[in-house]
Amino acid sequence: MTTKAAPSAWRDPVALLAAPAVLYLLVVYAFPLLWLFMKSLTGPGGLTIQPYVAFLSDPFNWRVVGNTLRVAAWVTVVCFVIGYPAAFALARAGAVLQIVMLVSIILPLSVGAVVKAFAWQIVLRRDGIVSQTLVGLGLWDEPQRLLFTETGLVLGAANIFLPFMILPIYSVVKLIDPRLSEAGATLGATPLYRFTHVTLPLTLPGIVSGVAFVFSMSVSMFVIPSLLIGDRFQTLATLTGRSFLLMRNEQLGSTTAVILLVLAVSIVVGSTWLARRIGGSQT
Amino acid sequence: MTTIERGTQYFVWAIAGFTVVFLMTPLVVTIAVSFGSSTVFTLPPPDWSLRWYERLAGMRGLLPALLVSLQIAAVSTAVAMVLGTLCAIALVRGRFPGRETISTFLVSPLMLPGLVIGIAMLQGFKAMGLRDVYASLLVAHVVITLPYIVRTVVGALSLFDFSLIDAARTLGCSYPAALTRVLVPSLAPAFLTSGMFAFLASMDNYPISMFFTDAWTKTLPIQMLQYVEERPDPTIAAISAGLVLLAILALIVGDRLVGLRKMADF
Repeated sequence: MTTKAAPSAWRDPVALLAAPAVLYLLVVYAFPLLWLFMKSLTGPGGLTIQPYVAFLSDPFNWRVVGNTLRVAAWVTVVCFVIGYPAAFALARAGAVLQIVMLVSIILPLSVGAVVKAFAWQIVLRRDGIVSQTLVGLGLWDEPQRLLFTETGLVLGAANIFLPFMILPIYSVVKLIDPRLSEAGATLGATPLYRFTHVTLPLTLPGIVSGVAFVFSMSVSMFVIPSLLIGDRFQTLATLTGRSFLLMRNEQLGSTTAVILLVLAVSIVVGSTWLARRIGGSQT
Repeated sequence: MTTIERGTQYFVWAIAGFTVVFLMTPLVVTIAVSFGSSTVFTLPPPDWSLRWYERLAGMRGLLPALLVSLQIAAVSTAVAMVLGTLCAIALVRGRFPGRETISTFLVSPLMLPGLVIGIAMLQGFKAMGLRDVYASLLVAHVVITLPYIVRTVVGALSLFDFSLIDAARTLGCSYPAALTRVLVPSLAPAFLTSGMFAFLASMDNYPISMFFTDAWTKTLPIQMLQYVEERPDPTIAAISAGLVLLAILALIVGDRLVGLRKMADF
């Protein structure tokens, strides 16, 4: 693993073991993606960006892009606000509490989106738990329906993606030596100063990957908005799905699919670069 | 205990409690509704009953969809285990350039939007002349399951001490026997756990499957979504409860084999 590849490395017979999987993915996955991308850029007269110009000159589509990014941003904010302290709680919790927390984080990950989104349809009803709780706490005067509203969508999606915020942050929090903060305290730093100058910078790589995970999943979610907000609210992903499955408009669908693809790839590449830069400056 | 320590303790409990309740809400609600007698999802249910479970047998299309999902998940996981393990061995033991790139490439289907992968495959398969629904689903689902296997087996293999195999051979084991008696047992936990989660990922997949199903061949999530759209009633909660039970079993087995903390590694 550590030695650098020798010039004769291509003759390493072990490399052949990777060939079946790589070839398989090239043929059924990479090639189709590349083809989708190329096709969206070629018109009758060769290279063209006409479909994208047409897409962006329609104000309705701007609303769709706006919906997508706004909802994804809110979901990421909610996940961060809950997930950041939760990652600390998970790292500092006693043995039993830690196991309970881990179960509640990992278990939902192996339950499908259809199941969880259906559950949120029940939770967000006018007589659902959220409404009952808020009325019970005196925050709402009367029960309200959150299902088919943007708030409901953000709440449900944040719930479903929360583990992807907690786990990356937890993976860096558990490595922080608590004595660092104590040392800061001994040297007279206030709690706020200790947080912004010691803890926060150390957890930044975890924050970057958590935010990237949640944001890119929120941008491309399909089942959750279909069930929690319905057809009147379109995002890039639901529009893509609709144009293929209902409208039979493959041109529009391919254009939005490529936009989603480019968004997702740039989030992955950008966050990897950012995390490496932050990680590199610390060591 | 100082005031600050006590304060931290309460803070941890409060946050932890909120997180657990929030995350478990959908699962608990699903199970509660499935055992309730109310048709309109009243919570807490006015009375407990098994009526929704009794109705499962009469649900049109449920059993065929379940069978399709189980078969696709089982076969695609098995194929992915063979392809993924071979590839993991090459990545960990090989000395060739581009190993980093290959491992990123193999895990990348987890990071890209499933919907977009589905559309690309739909058009790609059409161009390649693959029209059979069942075969398309199978080919597509190997792409879903492969990342889970590669990720975990690469992790387990790079922790494995290969000098143990040399030791076994020195002690008189043949090479194949050394592999099956030393390497296989120590990899088995990672192998089974990754297989289990790959299987569940395939069972639960919606955004890729939806492009490859037709009126006759549907996977379980597709069929469930159709029920939700046509007539949402607690029968769907009963199906969901079954899937939650499957996830709980996977979690218990995974905890026994590799430990809960290891499963939280990201």
